[in-house]
Amino acid sequence: MARTAVRGRLNAPGGRRPQTPPLSWRTTTVAAVSDETPRVRTLRLEVPDWPGPSVGQQRAGQHVDIRLTADDGYQAERAYSIASAPGEPLALTVERLEDGEVSPYLTEELRPGDLLEVRGPIGGYFVWETGFGGPLLLAAGGSGIVPLRSILRHRSLSGSQVPVRLLYSSRSWEDVIYRTELDVPAEGVEVIHTLTRSQPPLWKGYARRVDAPMLAEVAWPAAEKPLAYVCGPTSFVESVAAGLVGLGYPAGRVRTERFGATGG
Amino acid sequence: MDDHALDGNAIGGLLTEVFGTEMTTATGTCASCGAARQVAELVVYQPGPGTVVRCRSCDAVLMVFVKVRGITCVDLAGLASLG
Amino acid sequence: MSPISRGFHRRRADAPAGRVPPGQYVTTDFPVLSAGPTPHTPLDRWTFSIEGGRKPKSWTWQEFRALPAEMLTTDIHCVTRWSKLDTSWEGVSLDVLLGAVDYDTSYVLAFSDGGYTTNLPVADLLGGKAWVAFGYGGAPLGAEHGGPARLLVPHLYFWKSAKWVRGLRLRATDEPGFWENYGYHSYGDPWREQRYAGD
Repeated sequence: MARTAVRGRLNAPGGRRPQTPPLSWRTTTVAAVSDETPRVRTLRLEVPDWPGPSVGQQRAGQHVDIRLTADDGYQAERAYSIASAPGEPLALTVERLEDGEVSPYLTEELRPGDLLEVRGPIGGYFVWETGFGGPLLLAAGGSGIVPLRSILRHRSLSGSQVPVRLLYSSRSWEDVIYRTELDVPAEGVEVIHTLTRSQPPLWKGYARRVDAPMLAEVAWPAAEKPLAYVCGPTSFVESVAAGLVGLGYPAGRVRTERFGATGG
Repeated sequence: MDDHALDGNAIGGLLTEVFGTEMTTATGTCASCGAARQVAELVVYQPGPGTVVRCRSCDAVLMVFVKVRGITCVDLAGLASLG
Repeated sequence: MSPISRGFHRRRADAPAGRVPPGQYVTTDFPVLSAGPTPHTPLDRWTFSIEGGRKPKSWTWQEFRALPAEMLTTDIHCVTRWSKLDTSWEGVSLDVLLGAVDYDTSYVLAFSDGGYTTNLPVADLLGGKAWVAFGYGGAPLGAEHGGPARLLVPHLYFWKSAKWVRGLRLRATDEPGFWENYGYHSYGDPWREQRYAGD
């Protein structure tokens, strides 16, 4: 295959791929902001024609790219997982990164009425549809919970009965995103927390990083042919995905989404 | 494996922009070692100057994307095939 | 036309005027930016070579560490806009390394473990302007920042300071390295903001 400089688009190879609506930047207005934890905020956005045929039907687990423009023309782009389910108003959940350029703006400055640009929804791999079945093993490290929450909400909204176990690793109880929502999980959904740095008094749950023995206790047995979705910092995803394969999950039944190195 | 590495999910938007269609479920075959994987599962480095996509089996460079003054340079020379 | 996101701005310089090149901001972090996995060449297999002179010259780790080394404090500037002030390093000057080779060409291609390359004029490696650095902040240079040794050429954008450097190929012409091939500037002077070819 060759190298080329493209101003526009290359032809899609093979012509066999499903057509995607053009991915263009759309101006959106911030409708509401709400804090999930001291460092994490959910933004609800008004996007014209979302969802819809010209934007593309959202699938649970996808993300959007957002773009900010400063008054000197400087632009920054970032990708954020969609927290809302297909059919719900678009919501993104953003974690403020130390020394970040965009996340401090989104989590501290941005307010209802402000404008930003969004393109998407994006992604055809880290998605779940009811037709994929289960049982589902969802494993979240920190902000990796965001696309998995979209999957859980989609499951509820569609009336799916597929059994789910969510293993959710956070530093402390105060860092658990969607805490109240996850405290009352939908029927058929089990939520197992592990708190790796500090635990509230009388905590009886896991208190360490996810490891092979924990996975062996929590994950569906491979014989039940589960489908796994693992999302979070890269080291978390590598370790959990390897652990699941070690428990007999076929690699093709473990879907992964790595968020890079975030605070440990 | 490097903590800072991402995967092909992170460049879903860039790939759609370049190829005109969703590419994270396309299969990329490494020209060096023959490993075939969905693009979403390839290793992605974004050190700033550009995006480097590597084979998860042998680390060979499969794709490089560099955007300079609005033009994206796309180098697919490390792939035996993509589709 | 993109709408303006109220209150959003690029990171600001945050340094005395003239201390950082145009378009840069100061960080106290040391971002780890890499185009590939961190190599881990064992020291007993590590060599630094200079090829393309009258005779190839190579140093083992022991031979390299026996060379005279110096400590320096300098600012570094990344093309991704961060600058880090007063970084301290320990390394062997390229004056020492190139001084051991008989050559008459004007350019080098520096090459590293993992396949990374970058091009520089020889003149920019001489006169106390460049080092092969093995120490950072008073300790051995960590692998994620290019250890056991990296090129250090602080007067150019930091992509020229090749991590995990293993040698130089002397050349008669200036041939682009990894990023230069894709449109980054051949020289890379941060004070003239030479980020891309044609700047």
